[in-house]
Amino acid sequence: MARVEIRGISKLFGEVRAVDHVDLETAEGEFLVLLGPSGCGKTTLLRMIAGIEEPTGGDILIEEQVVTHLPPRMRNIAMVFQSYALYPHMTVYRNIAFPLRTRGVDKGTIREKVEWAAGMFGIERLLDRKPRELSGGERQRVALARAMVREPSVFLLDEPLSNLDAILRASAREELRQFQKRVGVTTIYVTHDQVEAMGLGDRIVVMSKGSIRQVGTPMEIYHWPADTFVATFLGSPPMNLLGEDDILTGFRPETFLPAELMTGDGDVVTYPFEVTWMEYLGAERLVYGNVGEKSHARHVVSRLPGSVSLPIETGRTYPFAVSRRDFRFFDRENGLRTDRSPA
Amino acid sequence: MRMNGKAGIAEPGPKPGIQDHSGQLALFMIAPAILYIAALIGFSFVMAILYSLSDVTTGDPTLRIVGLQNFSAILDNSVFRLALKNTFFFAFSSQILVIILSRIVATALMKEFRGKWLARFLIMLPWTAPISLGTIGWLWMLDSIFSPFDWILRYVGLLGSPGALLGPMQNLYWLGVPGLAMASVIMVHVWRLLPLATVIQLAGLSSIPRDLLEAAEVDGASPWRRTLEITIPLTLPIISIAFLFGLVFTFTDMTVVYVMTRGGPVHSTQVLSTWTFFKGIEGGDLAQGAAISLFLFPVLAGIAILMLRMVRKSEVV
Amino acid sequence: MARARKILGRGGLYTVIGGFALFGAFPFYWMVIATFKRDHDLFNPVANPFIFNEPPTLDHLRLLLFDTHFVTYILNTLWVGLAVVAITLAVAVPAAYSLARWAKGWGETLGIGIFLTYLVPPTILFIPLSRFASALGLQESLWSLILIYPTFTIPFCTWLLMGFFKTIPKDIEEQAMIDGLSRLGAMFWVVLPLGISGLLTVVVFAFTLSMHEFIYALTFISVSAKKTVSIGVPTELVRGDVFQWGPLMAGALIASIPVAVVYTFFLDRFIAGFTMGAVK
Repeated sequence: MARVEIRGISKLFGEVRAVDHVDLETAEGEFLVLLGPSGCGKTTLLRMIAGIEEPTGGDILIEEQVVTHLPPRMRNIAMVFQSYALYPHMTVYRNIAFPLRTRGVDKGTIREKVEWAAGMFGIERLLDRKPRELSGGERQRVALARAMVREPSVFLLDEPLSNLDAILRASAREELRQFQKRVGVTTIYVTHDQVEAMGLGDRIVVMSKGSIRQVGTPMEIYHWPADTFVATFLGSPPMNLLGEDDILTGFRPETFLPAELMTGDGDVVTYPFEVTWMEYLGAERLVYGNVGEKSHARHVVSRLPGSVSLPIETGRTYPFAVSRRDFRFFDRENGLRTDRSPA
Repeated sequence: MRMNGKAGIAEPGPKPGIQDHSGQLALFMIAPAILYIAALIGFSFVMAILYSLSDVTTGDPTLRIVGLQNFSAILDNSVFRLALKNTFFFAFSSQILVIILSRIVATALMKEFRGKWLARFLIMLPWTAPISLGTIGWLWMLDSIFSPFDWILRYVGLLGSPGALLGPMQNLYWLGVPGLAMASVIMVHVWRLLPLATVIQLAGLSSIPRDLLEAAEVDGASPWRRTLEITIPLTLPIISIAFLFGLVFTFTDMTVVYVMTRGGPVHSTQVLSTWTFFKGIEGGDLAQGAAISLFLFPVLAGIAILMLRMVRKSEVV
Repeated sequence: MARARKILGRGGLYTVIGGFALFGAFPFYWMVIATFKRDHDLFNPVANPFIFNEPPTLDHLRLLLFDTHFVTYILNTLWVGLAVVAITLAVAVPAAYSLARWAKGWGETLGIGIFLTYLVPPTILFIPLSRFASALGLQESLWSLILIYPTFTIPFCTWLLMGFFKTIPKDIEEQAMIDGLSRLGAMFWVVLPLGISGLLTVVVFAFTLSMHEFIYALTFISVSAKKTVSIGVPTELVRGDVFQWGPLMAGALIASIPVAVVYTFFLDRFIAGFTMGAVK
């Protein structure tokens, strides 16, 4: 287990600032997720930690040692790529053994370790196969076994689940999390999928355009987003944002419910909600519509749990409400969350 | 099972050095190629220009710059003008034929049929055999007395008898009559370059995504229309590449003409490359030889620029 | 009706293919016949040239192999070919690899530049190069060819190899570096083994280019025993004005066919390489 420290890291591609003065620290053994839309710099940051991308400025420390300009082979890290990057001309055994062979480990120890790593992921019977004979899920496990066989200090993953079928993805996520907890290696995981991030991360680093917007536990960033970007990036559908003055008011769709359900909930604000569209998703209903006078109408979404059986029809207007404590306010100009409320 | 805390960052191994540094490594890895090319090609090219402006001969190799007199002497020479004309004529006419024919062959080779491997082998033969040796085969086939073509023509009565369509003589002197000699050279060029063009066209045809053609078929387009409006436009860049490649090879070719006709009869098949050789090496006038060869350059440079444009354009999908 | 159309179509296909196969192979068929025809049969304008009117003979082959320098020519050509291939690989592989990987900016321009030098023909260069070779004391030596031939093999092979290397995903190299190799090590131990088919294609191509070359060999070498097959066969098997057709055809045949066979094996790879390189 090691701590990773990133100090003022920047990466410039020509004129483009892919990563802009990022500071970050991991805790030992934590599962840290880098989350953001494509182009936000999360993968570039990961690659700089790995050593396959040279930073334009700043420093990277692993376990208190400056590794910024060290080649990847000297950093005691392991990485799993989105494509898994299995060596196609080698068997699974030799793939897993590769990181040990490059370090001159003797054959006996190699065999021990490879079998141990393979056992960890349940792929012992695949050792003689070639990558092209394996399914997506099996390849992923081989990539993980190869990464773990060296018992690295830091474990880096670049969207390793995006190539799997949706069904497989959920179970793979669970296995990965359990595995990491068992083994306790500091893990940095890159994804653009916020569901994955929320499910996996001890802490999540939300990034956009090369900078960090917020670092926090899933709870923290979901319920107390630092700015409008985080507020709208997380949550599906994203947070509703209202207001024309200098303060925006935000509330999550699941807090926007029919007024009659909100009685006795303390301080509540009611809106006439004109329903334009509805999606029935089984476990919940998504109701789309407008609030406010015709000229200032804003589009909002409500998320009704399936247990609520109130009949809703499109075209009609219903009183919907939000509890005041569910409001979040944002400064319109810089997007940051603020404690000031609109006039 | 807990992982043992590993404090061993910067683990043992060779110290970071040039083998890790991609920037420096890249330089080192490209340097030999660049140096070699600069030295042998770049330097020689400059020398060729210097020679053309001098009066160097094999007898008197000292380099004295004398200006453009070589060029005026060349341009005055009727053989040179003929060689210049021929170079263009042979190159363009042979390549136009090649493009059309190779398109047909490539289209045919896209289909599956029995004995395809044999067909491919035979079709590729002209390209895979050394140029001079393949040309020698033709030399015998076009011989003034023993040509098998003449034999066939005599056999079917088109030649050799008083009322024959092609004449009463026994042979057509393929290499002895200026017009026929030129046609023969062009034919050998076509023969030699057809395989290469076919390969290039095959590459182009196979790169068209099947979806496009299938969608067109569903939309009701006839095979002819599909070819005209989809296949040809999409493969135009690669057809151009094949054409330009072939142009380069025929434009600069010295071997075929040298082996077949030595530039005869009476210089009627002389081209710039052979004329350079005869003047420069056999005649010993290195300066004039160099000057003659330089006339190739502008055309080749133009072709190069066109080729680059075409390669850019061919990034279709 | 549709069936008749289909048969007609098939028939047309076979006719076209057959026609072109015939066109391509005819001179070689010719060489085979001429190699084994008796002189008396060969030099008979009246006899059917396509069949053996008299029983075949091995005389021409005997003459070729034992009375001429033909075998020497073959050995010279092999020697030059292998040496040139070695030099080409040593120079072109690293160059192509770094150009394929570091193609941003100057890498791309340099790659194009290297390809363009292929278009400066031997016809322009052979005069200065012949002076260069004699200045080095290499005239009449195979070393002059070994030194000069890479001028056309390196540019073309670099371009071909660039295309091949681009098909190997960057991930694999990066993974290898994380797994413990240096960048150079990753290229050597992981990328090259994956690119074997590309390397082999380049070997075949470079060897063939070197074997076909005519003008440099003709200019630099006039001593019979030092000639390569490409210039030796056309120039040495002529006594005065008389072509010794039998041995000549035999020589042409023997030198052409093996290379053709090997080449055809690699044809698919070559097409693939062209597609990578040109059609991205």
